[in-house]
Amino acid sequence: MKVNTQNATGTLMDNQKVHFLHKASLQSKRMGQSFVTNVLPALIIAFLFIIIWEWMTSSPGAALPSPSRVVSDTWELIVNPFYNHGGTDVGMGWQILASLERVAYGYTLAVIAGISLGVLVGQSTWAMRGLDPIFQILRTVPPLAWLPISLAAFQDSNPSAIFVIFITAIWPIIINTSVGVRNIPEDYRNVSRVLSLNGYEYFVKIMLPAAAPYIFTGLRIGIGLSWLAIVAAEMLIGGVGIGFFIWDAWNASMISDIVLALVYVGIVGFLLDRLIGFISTLVTRGTSAQ
Amino acid sequence: MSKHYLAIEGVNKTFGTGNKSTCVLKDINLFIEKGEYISIIGHSGCGKSTVLNIVAGLLSSSSGGVILDGKEVNSPGPDRSVVFQNHSLLPWLTVYENVAIAVNKTFRKTKTAAQRHEWILRSLEMVHMSHALDKRPAEISGGMKQRVGIARALAMEPKVLLLDEPFGALDALTRAHLQDEVMKIQAEINSTIIMITHDVDEAVLLSDRIVMMTNGPDATIGEILDIDLPKPRNRIDLADDPKYNRYRREVLRFLYEKQRKVETLTPARKTQNLKIETDAKAVNA
Repeated sequence: MKVNTQNATGTLMDNQKVHFLHKASLQSKRMGQSFVTNVLPALIIAFLFIIIWEWMTSSPGAALPSPSRVVSDTWELIVNPFYNHGGTDVGMGWQILASLERVAYGYTLAVIAGISLGVLVGQSTWAMRGLDPIFQILRTVPPLAWLPISLAAFQDSNPSAIFVIFITAIWPIIINTSVGVRNIPEDYRNVSRVLSLNGYEYFVKIMLPAAAPYIFTGLRIGIGLSWLAIVAAEMLIGGVGIGFFIWDAWNASMISDIVLALVYVGIVGFLLDRLIGFISTLVTRGTSAQ
Repeated sequence: MSKHYLAIEGVNKTFGTGNKSTCVLKDINLFIEKGEYISIIGHSGCGKSTVLNIVAGLLSSSSGGVILDGKEVNSPGPDRSVVFQNHSLLPWLTVYENVAIAVNKTFRKTKTAAQRHEWILRSLEMVHMSHALDKRPAEISGGMKQRVGIARALAMEPKVLLLDEPFGALDALTRAHLQDEVMKIQAEINSTIIMITHDVDEAVLLSDRIVMMTNGPDATIGEILDIDLPKPRNRIDLADDPKYNRYRREVLRFLYEKQRKVETLTPARKTQNLKIETDAKAVNA
């Protein structure tokens, strides 16, 4: 049942991808028009949004800062993203990089473990019967619920945050990989049997490429989830990182800093998603076009 | 020990166990010589593909066995390469790479990299696909895909080439074209071929012998027809050839008079569908 839900997500992503590809081809054909058709609408909406925001927060007693206040309050942070005054008082660039580093560790581990477990569950009916129910239960546990137990286990904040990323990102990777492996057409298996490919050759030359579109769907959902989790986790563990920065700004009542941080978080999350999407279109170019 | 190049002896195949079991093939005996072109023809569901899969080693027989060139067949191998009905090219590889994966695996120890490269190019040249080496399967037509499938199978230098309804998915013109090419290639390299088909013209045109199978369950070989027409054969000349037409009539008579497709087929088909359904369930669970 859960598999079907994931499948639905998969097709959604595929459609999106097709849409992006279509857009890309348009861009190359009509470079001049592309700005008008693709970028301009977003800019207009953003501009309108800022106008409305400015208007709603322009009264003296407004609880939230207006966009112009945000810019003037945080100008130092915007123009100087890489200052370092020691301790946790570092520029936004460093904060983001600290968060990205944790995500990189946790996500990499999740990719390795997730694809391996997904292949196992996809290949072996027994592994699926044994592991799948456990996965289905564990995947519903909210990321932050893992934090106390990982703090208890690791006795240190940094590995705990990495663990939270890991455990958040791994489920969609496992589930999509296993669906991808299970959906490898019987024909490809027969081809590999006629060619007498050994286990390793089958894994590298048939299984991974054949399951790649599914695997990348999982990877893309996974990177989104890990970026969601890191901000929340860092709010709790402190130290350096964009999540901690937001929490610190809240404690110091610097709402403008929070707004700026949200913009950064959004942009970085968007770029991470696009990065995986880009790698995915490169790698699965041949497969998805069948 | 059989003196024949390829011997299929007393092969039975039963799917399922206990009450639900269906005997698909019963006592298949077929002996094939080197360089022979054999067609197996029969109504759908009669187990033609099962015979081919047993020879390929993709399925194992319930009893009886297959001996190829003095060795028993019990697993798939490059000496029995298969051209699948739906070409089964790997979509993420180019035309060249699809053949290369077979050649590099089969001749890893016996040929140098340069020789293998040469051999890949020659195999693709044989099916006239040299112009599309860097194309992916999605970028070429159905007929071209099947050519590459044939090139991949031939490139492994199999002792016997197994064609599973190789032209079934193609339009009539492309099919005729590819049939001519297969005839030419077979004349050139004298390969031993077993082809599954349900096209009477195709069977008579290409084969040295036509193996006609009875309807399942318990399908077996009904008749074997020797096609004594000189090679190379030309489809236009043969159209008026009385001998050719007599062969055609004989196959047609077997299929539509002696082995009319009867209702008893339905249960056999149902069990097959049931099997597919249970498989699908396993996937969804």
